[in-house]
Amino acid sequence: MKILVTVKEVATVEDEFEIEGTEIADQYLGADLNEWDDYAVEEAVQLQEDGIADEVVTVTIGPEECEQTIRQALAKGADRAVRVWDDALEGVDLLDVNAKTEILGAVVEAEDPDLVLTGVQAGDDSFGATGVSLAEEIGAQWGAVVNHLEHDLEDGVASVRRELEGGVEELTEIDLPAVLTIQTGINEPRYASLRGIRQAQRKELDVQHLADIGVDESAVESELELTEMYEPESESDVTVWEGSADETAAELGELLRDKGVAQ
Amino acid sequence: MTDVLAVTDHRRGELRDVSYEIITAGRVLADETGGDLHLAVISGTVDEFADDLNREGVDAIHTVDYGEEFNHDVYTQATTQLYDELAPQYVLTPNSVNGLDYAPAVANDLDLPIVTDTIGLETDGETLIATREMYGGKVETTNELEGEAVVTIRSAEWAKAEGTGDASIEAFDAEIDEDAIGSTVTGFEEVGGGDVDISEADVLVSVGRGIEEEDNIPLIEELAEALDATVSSSRPIVDNGWLPKNRQVGQSGKVVTPDVYIAIGISGAVQHVAGMKGSDTIVAINTDPNAPIMDIADYAIVDDLFDVVPALTEEFQ
Ligand SMILES: Cc1cc2nc3c(=O)[nH]c(=O)nc-3n(C[C@H](O)[C@H](O)[C@H](O)COP(=O)(O)OP(=O)(O)OC[C@H]3O[C@@H](n4cnc5c(N)ncnc54)[C@H](O)[C@@H]3O)c2cc1C
Repeated sequence: MKILVTVKEVATVEDEFEIEGTEIADQYLGADLNEWDDYAVEEAVQLQEDGIADEVVTVTIGPEECEQTIRQALAKGADRAVRVWDDALEGVDLLDVNAKTEILGAVVEAEDPDLVLTGVQAGDDSFGATGVSLAEEIGAQWGAVVNHLEHDLEDGVASVRRELEGGVEELTEIDLPAVLTIQTGINEPRYASLRGIRQAQRKELDVQHLADIGVDESAVESELELTEMYEPESESDVTVWEGSADETAAELGELLRDKGVAQ
Repeated sequence: MTDVLAVTDHRRGELRDVSYEIITAGRVLADETGGDLHLAVISGTVDEFADDLNREGVDAIHTVDYGEEFNHDVYTQATTQLYDELAPQYVLTPNSVNGLDYAPAVANDLDLPIVTDTIGLETDGETLIATREMYGGKVETTNELEGEAVVTIRSAEWAKAEGTGDASIEAFDAEIDEDAIGSTVTGFEEVGGGDVDISEADVLVSVGRGIEEEDNIPLIEELAEALDATVSSSRPIVDNGWLPKNRQVGQSGKVVTPDVYIAIGISGAVQHVAGMKGSDTIVAINTDPNAPIMDIADYAIVDDLFDVVPALTEEFQ
């Protein structure tokens, strides 16, 4: 079977930062493979190692700069990658769920995988909706917030656990083809080996424009418009202790003794 | 297109708190659009649920008596059919794990935009202004959209609706296409029993990703021992297998309410905060002065945990 994994390069923010308009100023931003996607890649690679998947393909919407992140996924064992970018996507503040769905849906149509794995959410915009929206778009089944997948996939059924709130897990059987949104903790993502990193350089990374996958430019015009970004107002009046570690630890020690801790 | 349709959430025979909160969120919007607030309650003991949900501000409750527990195909079909029938301006659902398992499908099916995990909502009847967070709570954003939309709301952001209402309660005859149901829930399981119950502890020393490696966990254990406290953690520590699942505090872990909660190297993501915000006194030790945990902490040390924790342990040894 063929597995398609959506891989996003997410923006990370330094501890101290400034906001310019509706964006965090560039110099405070870094980039990383989305945490949840890392687990999705690992799950796909494990399915391949178990002889269940024949091919693992990643798909990313992003500019050339994110190829480093895509190579990370390839170094961990994905076979090849598709990257979708277009001039029409430059300068788009916020790509909403519908736009992502349409673009990813077109790639799914071209690749025709048996299973699509996505992260539960992206660490930057955290919509948490693209996987399920994509499933509906392509007419596949789905499961959101999956933290366990049985690896036999017998009779075209995926037996999964969905992690609900409060330490309760739901056991669910899902018909394939399906989209599963993968929760952290489902596995232990590997570090890329040196050999893997070398091999990743030689793997195919196919760049597609919107027209190549048959998506109209108008698809990227998000209906949702980001109009403001600001630091949340703190509701608490937190007391911050200043000084050396010894001094602040002493302050905390005093508080704890006042509260009757360790007496 | 002026009404609001809010879909409620329940599990194993009980309505979840967010079901009462969504009434409050929905009422605010309906007041602005000048329309009615419709609730949907799908599956389970719908009549009992409907009585319970008949609170102030609700105009109509539609019950869909089909199956016992949540099934996303049933919820998707019932919700889209209700939308077709009622033609509301906004469809609201909880941003719960189940909400996220069907709301995006409803939006895609109806060809509507979706805005998830909202913490504030306003409308002038045409433009919706939704507040949500990005970058794990480091920033807040406002987002605008015109016309109809599917919106999911974060739990515990709106007050629970109280009082008794005089809503009409009607059974909605959703036509569920059984052939389209492609998943079956076969059961539930509680996870995370084991050696200790962190929800019983008076003092929790809680460790997060700031601890960097498994080899550093003993640093936290020594502090806990010195303080006669219990060790708990944020999710990544459990995901990494550094502590057992029963130590996880948060939305998918345990809810704790100790006298003192010391969050060490924990950023305070919403799913973590959901499990510990009821603690009496919250202390944060974190290098990041802007970490969201600072918003709910009573006391904070903005410093390296590798300096502060040993110093604190020494004080009590
Ligand atoms: C559906 C769902 C359910 C979830 N359920 C839960 C849940 O139940 N519980 C939970 O905790 N999370 C849960 N999460 C995950 C949550 O979103 C966060 O990813 C997680 O809480 C982050 O953990 P953290 O604060 O330890 O790590 P990070 O967010 O990485 O924060 C680490 C912090 O350590 C600080 N730090 C780093 N180095 C040092 C140092 N040397 N000294 C002091 N401070 C330092 C950093 O400044 C940072 O603030 C869930 C997510 C989803 C999507």
